[in-house]
Amino acid sequence: MNAQVAPDTAGDLAIRARGLTKRFGQLVAVNHVNLSVPRANVYGFLGPNGSGKTTTIRMLCGLLTPTEGDVEVLGLRIPEQAEELRRRIGYMTQKFSLFEDLTVRENLEFLAAVQDIPRAQAAKRIDELVEQYHFADRQKQLAGTMSGGQKQRLALAGAVIQKPELLFLDEPTSAVDPESRRDFWEKLFDLADAGTTILVSTHYMDEAERCHRIAILDRGVLVADGTPDELTHALAGRTLEVMADQPRRAQKVLLDVPGVLSVAQIGNALRVLNDANGDAAARVKKALDDAGLEADVSASTPNLEDVFVSSTRGRDHAQDAGTPEKAA
Amino acid sequence: MNLRRLFAIVMKELRQMRRDRITLAMIVGIPVMQLVLFGYAINLNLRGLDTGIADLSNTAASRALVMDMVATGVIDPAVSATSPQQLMEGLRRGEISIGVVIPPDFERRRFEGREAVQVLVDGSDTVVQSAAVQLAQLPLNTQPRTNASTAGAVGQTGPGQVSVVSFYNPQRRSAINIVPGLIGVILTMTMVLFTGVAIVRERERGNMELLIATPLSSSELMIGKVLPYAAIGLIQTTVILVLGVWLFDVPIRGSLLDVYLAAVLLILANLTLGLLISTKAQSQFQAMQMTFFVFLPSILLSGFMFPFAGMPKVVQWLAEILPLTHFLRLIRGIMLRGAGLFELWPDVLALLAFIMVMMALAISRFRKRLD
Repeated sequence: MNAQVAPDTAGDLAIRARGLTKRFGQLVAVNHVNLSVPRANVYGFLGPNGSGKTTTIRMLCGLLTPTEGDVEVLGLRIPEQAEELRRRIGYMTQKFSLFEDLTVRENLEFLAAVQDIPRAQAAKRIDELVEQYHFADRQKQLAGTMSGGQKQRLALAGAVIQKPELLFLDEPTSAVDPESRRDFWEKLFDLADAGTTILVSTHYMDEAERCHRIAILDRGVLVADGTPDELTHALAGRTLEVMADQPRRAQKVLLDVPGVLSVAQIGNALRVLNDANGDAAARVKKALDDAGLEADVSASTPNLEDVFVSSTRGRDHAQDAGTPEKAA
Repeated sequence: MNLRRLFAIVMKELRQMRRDRITLAMIVGIPVMQLVLFGYAINLNLRGLDTGIADLSNTAASRALVMDMVATGVIDPAVSATSPQQLMEGLRRGEISIGVVIPPDFERRRFEGREAVQVLVDGSDTVVQSAAVQLAQLPLNTQPRTNASTAGAVGQTGPGQVSVVSFYNPQRRSAINIVPGLIGVILTMTMVLFTGVAIVRERERGNMELLIATPLSSSELMIGKVLPYAAIGLIQTTVILVLGVWLFDVPIRGSLLDVYLAAVLLILANLTLGLLISTKAQSQFQAMQMTFFVFLPSILLSGFMFPFAGMPKVVQWLAEILPLTHFLRLIRGIMLRGAGLFELWPDVLALLAFIMVMMALAISRFRKRLD
């Protein structure tokens, strides 16, 4: 599935990884992942908890040594040239990692110094960030006393203080309310517009949909990779909507139909995702009729959640036969 | 090494410290508390110990001896006994701390230069013990066998006429060593703990992942972390010295500069050790456990509690590794004997070597990696 990689003219790629693997003892956290991230893109990493997103990001910015594989980030070989890379990237950790017992301004001053921003420019840059990230009236507030959304904004401001070419964001919005999330994504697109490449991991579908390209990770394996449009179009004809009088019963029946990958209830409707074999609509209709259930079956447009379910559930069926129920 | 980045770490540490009230309280609280506790124990050992006296001789000479002993103020004749057994009984029950036995043939023994008086001591209490040693040093026409160098008795007759028999604890220590030694003990405890915890806390709170993803180098991080605590160590040293001189009249016979130089050596040795611990410990709790692992041998083997010379060879070698052992020799030499720091160069060298080795180990063990 990860076939549509641009031929190896690495110039327009910010990240290029081949066969990237990380083992922790017996556990294979990341399993032969191939990755190509174009410059000035917002590239999304979608996957449930424990799918290897954080491990992959840590390897890409040189904090973890890969067990196997070749990695090139901004033209630098990683992990060998990780020290050089650190000057050119920003990294926002999953857990808030600024100092809770320093104020907003003290945190930014510290980062500016550590990132080698000359003293004269540092004050200007900090003023600029304070303005852009709405901290004008909170400069003297301790970071630990701020809300989740404010902390995350401060963390982003800290990660971009040295104007990095490449920004790694590890589940930046996991502890944040919806409005803060929207603001946050506006900021990301501003940065991408200015030429920053952004690699962001998430487990929110709506965030994944905003990305220029996404990669789906499942238990350490890259199971899908492309633009959201490419990925959803590939599922055309495989998603159905079923309107039934007794949706719970209908769901039970449908889960046993061969070729049905998942059945999710959305309000009164059931959303049925099928594998690629034959005429799914006819099969589903027949199964419902046989069970004596009144139902309307119609085609529906695939979305990213369907992509996610089909690429992860397909592997489930192959490995451990038929654990039913909904996608993450 | 980039000074701007180093300074940034130092500033950050100081700012965080300023907001951490418990640490602030510990910086001054620990030295004051320990000094006062140990210090008043020193005072106690000189006054009014309950004493049982069995004067079996009951001659003019023996009564004069008892009066001399009482006159020192060290003992308080609480019980009068008729046999050594009664005294031992009293010791065991804790009614008396010291028993003085003057045998029936006191006069003859004294004349023949044999042991003339026996002092029974509750050795389970080291404070009592040192008091008894002082008692035995009374110039009673005798010279105590245990402390031949004591000036007052020189020229008097016959060795070993007052013998001290210590029950329950054969060790003896001298109280005057405590306050200078206490500087070392307090610095060992607080310095190792502070640095050990300071870096591990950063790891626990997730700050470390941020720090290692920046251009900050290992040595900048390590040295930047250590410097603020070195300053704190000097503050603690000052607190102990001021209180020691003011409350307990501890002499500083050598130069004050030498005292501080010795303190700086010990501080750096402990800070680098703390750094090494921090590269190994996974949690603040583990860092604390490891600190105790170092602290206990330091207190027991360094010569602070028990005389170094009395320990088995193997234990002595072990003790030579501990910074506190060398510091005690330095500080006692400087403060009590008026020695110069560089007259004591072997211990200075030992501390310097310890600092170099620990720093090198800590920096080489610290990886800007998570694995």
